[in-house]
Amino acid sequence: MASNFLAQPSPDASLPDAKGRFGEFGGRFVPETLVAALDQLEDEYRKAQKDPSFQEELDVLLRDFVGRPSPLYFAKRLTEKCGGAQIWFKREDVNHTGAHKINSTLGQALLTMRMGKTRVIAETGAGQHGVATATACAHFGIPCVVYMGEEDVRRQQPNVQSMKMLGAEICPVTTGSRTLRDAVNQAMRDWMASVADTHYILGSVVGPHPFPLIVRDFQAVIGRETIAQSQERFDRLPDAVVACVGGGSNAAGMFYPFVAETDVPLIGVEAGGENDTPGRHASSLTYGKPGVLHGSYSYVLQDEDGQTDDVHSASAGLDYPGVGPEHSHWKATDRVEYRSCRDDEALATFDLVARTEGILPALESSHAIAKGMEVAKERGKDEIVVVCLSGRGDKDAAEIQRLRDELGS
Amino acid sequence: MSAIDDLFKRLKSEGKKAFMPFITAGDPNLEFTAEMLKSLDASGCHLAELGIPYSDPIADGPVIQASYTRSLNGGTKLKDIFEMVSGVTSEIQMPIVSMISYAIIHRLGIDEYLKQAKAAGISGAIVPDMPVDESVELAEKCKAQDFSLIQLITPTTPRERAIEIAKHTTGFIYYVSIAGITGERSELPVDLIDNLKWLKSQTDLPICVGFGISQPEHALTLKPVCDGMIVGSAIVRRIAKATTDNVATADVIKDVGEFSNSMLSAING
Repeated sequence: MASNFLAQPSPDASLPDAKGRFGEFGGRFVPETLVAALDQLEDEYRKAQKDPSFQEELDVLLRDFVGRPSPLYFAKRLTEKCGGAQIWFKREDVNHTGAHKINSTLGQALLTMRMGKTRVIAETGAGQHGVATATACAHFGIPCVVYMGEEDVRRQQPNVQSMKMLGAEICPVTTGSRTLRDAVNQAMRDWMASVADTHYILGSVVGPHPFPLIVRDFQAVIGRETIAQSQERFDRLPDAVVACVGGGSNAAGMFYPFVAETDVPLIGVEAGGENDTPGRHASSLTYGKPGVLHGSYSYVLQDEDGQTDDVHSASAGLDYPGVGPEHSHWKATDRVEYRSCRDDEALATFDLVARTEGILPALESSHAIAKGMEVAKERGKDEIVVVCLSGRGDKDAAEIQRLRDELGS
Repeated sequence: MSAIDDLFKRLKSEGKKAFMPFITAGDPNLEFTAEMLKSLDASGCHLAELGIPYSDPIADGPVIQASYTRSLNGGTKLKDIFEMVSGVTSEIQMPIVSMISYAIIHRLGIDEYLKQAKAAGISGAIVPDMPVDESVELAEKCKAQDFSLIQLITPTTPRERAIEIAKHTTGFIYYVSIAGITGERSELPVDLIDNLKWLKSQTDLPICVGFGISQPEHALTLKPVCDGMIVGSAIVRRIAKATTDNVATADVIKDVGEFSNSMLSAING
């Protein structure tokens, strides 16, 4: 099966528009210092899209280095336990480095070299994007600095160790809530001063144009493979597709090729945290309002003065007060339904999937599976629900034990 | 003509350059900010940039970030800042310009922001996270209300784009001396003088330089090629001592006053 990058026509090639807008969302709200670099990145990306050698190099890497295509797997015992539609996992967890993030970091590392830049910076929350960036940089021999909130350094130690072994420099961020949002701020500040020779490999479909476009396109291999695999296995498309949404990169990659398939319901799952009071969750689309954060106009959790709210999620990768602008557009146009999943539901689902399927899902992905089960229960036995299993959960084992001890269970 | 246009007209006729201190509203509290503004005005500063604290400032270095955090942790709200400013503007000569994230303006709404800022006596805005391409609506509304929208040009701005930015700017052009974030630097970039000379040849607007400027020596170097200078971190660092070293506010105001005087005499002495 071809995983050819952009081999098929885009479902909605008109978005984003020339100003980087998905409907009213997106754009470029950044200091003037970064505008030239964003223009350069967009130009280089447009050239790469038209360059067969770029596509070929990326395809070979995705096949031989990442291990694509990733399997579409029938979660048989989970389906039996759940009752209702068949639950299938798109196994991004079996990719090299254990998550979907590598799809985008390899593409962006190639762009880095095409632009003649010699240094890479990145932010990371759960550490998956940090590991995937460190891996791509080690593969190509590019020096790499990863910004990571101090709180995330604590709760995602295995990934911190991996990044160091891969030769990346880790910069713990001690400002603000010491999580993903602060890591993005610090990476942007580094980029302000290093923009001449450094590319910022942003990890999600957030930030200023063209990042939401580029990351989505590199991740769209997930949805394209899912469509091809569904045709092959079921001779039709799935009846529903579910993915978790922090910034929203695995969901954007999974959903984008399905957007034009209007008969297929798409469900994004946000981090519901502990409860729905501000500060105790990270559900920007469910509880937020359109506003500006980290360079784009999108749904955001902020107070009446425009100050960003603190957020909470047991999962470091979803612990973010904003969301990609294309998700805001999909919400505004009712193309995607967004639900919110609480910490305790995600933790219970982690346990269930571990014991019924022999798979440790990432805490992020556990949110998607929890709501995927909810969707399956609403549907008949012959129906097919595909859940994006965006990453593996080994990184979370210690943190889950700590959370259990805290809850006294 | 806004108060800023008047200021530069007057300075030009006197053969002088502007010295513009930046301070953060509400660091350590708004009563202090009011006193500081009065003191800066009394010592002859020409314009004050008032930083509206924001939770996620990506153009700012550690000194200004920390001041924003102190202010927000102290509970500073936008309506209280406007109230404080309106109590001060009747007593001072120098215009006040707000340095404010578009995240804040958007949440309030452009019309409401302009209404409240103007009512408080604020003369213009610098919106560091809104490049010219996104500024059309705000620029139109500012122009209609004679509220200056000061846009930034940086060393990474291509020259054609710089000319375009100048066309959409009112009040003065804020030239960012370095590619980077705010903060004190001992050396100024080597090509800064040439960049300023070129920009001067392209526009009639006053050009003021900021980022990294912190010493009277910088002022001496720059004054032949610009119309004003903005100093932030060197002042905010002194104000921080009120919190971090428990220095009495009267002593902080005196320290900032002495520093401002040294800059003022280098610029116009």
